[in-house]
Amino acid sequence: MYFHPERFPRIATSDITPRSLYEGRRDWLKLMAGGALAGLGLDPAQANLAAVKSAVPGALTMEKPTSRKDATSYNNFYEFGTDKAEPAQRAHTLKTSPWSVAVEGEIAKPGVYDLDSLLKLSPMEERIYRLRCVEGWSMVIPWIGYSLAELIKKVEPTSKAKFVEFVTLADKAQMPGLRSGVLDWPYVEGLRIDEAMHPLTLLGFGMYGDVMPKQNGAPVRLVVPWKYGFKSAKSLVKIRFVEKQPVSSWTRVLPQEYGFYSNVNPQVDHPRWSQATERRIGDDGLLAKRRPTLMFNGYEAQVGQLYAGMDLKRNF
Amino acid sequence: MKPLSSWLLHPAAKPLVFLLCLAPLASLVWGVVANTLGANPAEALIRGLGDWTLRLLCLTLAITPLRQALGLPALARWRRMLGLFAFFYGCLHLLAYAWLDMGLDLGEIARDIAKRPFILMGFLAWALMIPLAATSFNRAIRALGGARWQALHRLVYVLVLIGLAHFIWLRAGKNNFAEPAVYGVVLALLLGWRLRRRLSKTG
Repeated sequence: MYFHPERFPRIATSDITPRSLYEGRRDWLKLMAGGALAGLGLDPAQANLAAVKSAVPGALTMEKPTSRKDATSYNNFYEFGTDKAEPAQRAHTLKTSPWSVAVEGEIAKPGVYDLDSLLKLSPMEERIYRLRCVEGWSMVIPWIGYSLAELIKKVEPTSKAKFVEFVTLADKAQMPGLRSGVLDWPYVEGLRIDEAMHPLTLLGFGMYGDVMPKQNGAPVRLVVPWKYGFKSAKSLVKIRFVEKQPVSSWTRVLPQEYGFYSNVNPQVDHPRWSQATERRIGDDGLLAKRRPTLMFNGYEAQVGQLYAGMDLKRNF
Repeated sequence: MKPLSSWLLHPAAKPLVFLLCLAPLASLVWGVVANTLGANPAEALIRGLGDWTLRLLCLTLAITPLRQALGLPALARWRRMLGLFAFFYGCLHLLAYAWLDMGLDLGEIARDIAKRPFILMGFLAWALMIPLAATSFNRAIRALGGARWQALHRLVYVLVLIGLAHFIWLRAGKNNFAEPAVYGVVLALLLGWRLRRRLSKTG
C-alpha cells in the first residue's frame, strides 16, 4: 500500500506536547472545574465548560496549543475594531445573554434556538485545531463544541439546500467597529452543504476549557479548521440553508483576493501575504523560522475528497 | 523670554533631536525585550519600523515649509539629520522583513519582491533613498554642485509617494485606508505647498 507523503504530514518532535505538560493542563482544568476559580483571582467570566475529548478523526492535533493569552489578545474581529488588540479591549460591550440563533431556509424544521437549547443539543467535545489566518500566521486552539452536522441533521435540509449561509451579529450599540466602512455589515460567511456537514466543521461554544471569550466570537461561532480563519464566522445569529452560493463579506469587497472556498492552500498565493509559509504565534521566539503551510491546513486526509477533481486555483 | 529661533540654535538642540529620533527604535527594542509587542512581535516590529520611516520622511519634508512659514532658518540644520534617520528606519524596516519574514534567504526575498507588488513598491522606495543618503555629506554636495545636488534630491518627492503607495497597497488587502489616508493628507499639504510656490514663481 502506498501512502502519499503529503497526506500524512510529518510532525516535528518539537510540536509534540510532553506528557507531563498536557497532563498538568488536565489537572489545571480539573482544578478550575472544582470551583478554585475565584480563589485564584481569575476572571469569573471565564466560566468552565465541560467537554470530553473528541473522537472525530483529525480533531485532536498533538501540536502544542497557543497560549490562552495570545489566542485571546490577537484577534481579527472587525466588529470591535481593525487592530488586533482592539477586540480584547472593546468586546466587553457584547451582550451574550439572552442569545438566540435563527435556523431557516430550505429545511423541514426551521426555528429559533436559544443558547441554552443549542448548548444541550449535543455533547460538548474538546477539539484541538490548527488555525491558519489568511494574513500568514497560525495558532493551535483547544476549542469546545460539537459538529455543526448535529444541528443540521435535526433541522432536516431539503434537496434544495445546497449551501449554508452564516450571518453574525451587527449591533451598533454593542459593536463600535461597525462605524467603519471596511466591510458591509452584518458579516456573512458561507459553506457548501457537504462542507458544513463534515464532522470537522465545528459549532464552537468555548475554548481552553471555558465558555467562548467575547473577543473570540461568543457565545457561539463557526470553526472550519481547513479554511482561512475569516471563514469561521463569530457570534452567529442566523444559519440559513440556501440553493444559491452565498457571497461572503470579504468576497463582496475584494472578490479577486478572497474566494468563496478559501481553503488553506500553500500553492495558491494571496497578493499580499505569502501562503506558502506561516508564522506560528507563540513561544517560538522572534527569530523562529516560518513553517511551511500544509495543504488544507494539514486536514487533507480528512477533507481532500470534498474537492476531488476541482481546480483549486480557480476555486480559490 | 528668548525667541524660539535661539532655542533652536542652542548647542543641545541638535543632540536632543538626534535622541528623539532614536526614541521610536528604543521603544520597539524595549518592546521586544519586555515582550510587550503582543502575540506577533515580528509583525509589530516590521510594521512599527515602516511607520517610522514614513513619519520621518514626512518630518523631513515639513522642514522647508515650516522654516519659511514660521521664519525659522535654524530649522534647516535638522533637515539632513531627519532625512538620514528616515533612511536608517527604512533600512531597519527592510532588514526586519528580510530577517523575520524571509529568514535572510536572498533568493526567497528576490522572488517575493518580484511576486508581490506592494513589496516591490517598498523595495523601490528604499532603493531610491540610497543615492540621497550617499550624497548627503558636504563634500558630495560640493562635488555635485548645488543645482545638480538639488535636482537629485527632488527624488524624495517621488520616493515618498512610492512609500505611501506601498502602505496603501498593504492596507488595500483589508479594505482599510484610514491610516494611509492620514499620511496622504499630510503629504498632499507638504507637496502642495511646494507646487503652489513653484507655480507662483514661474507664473
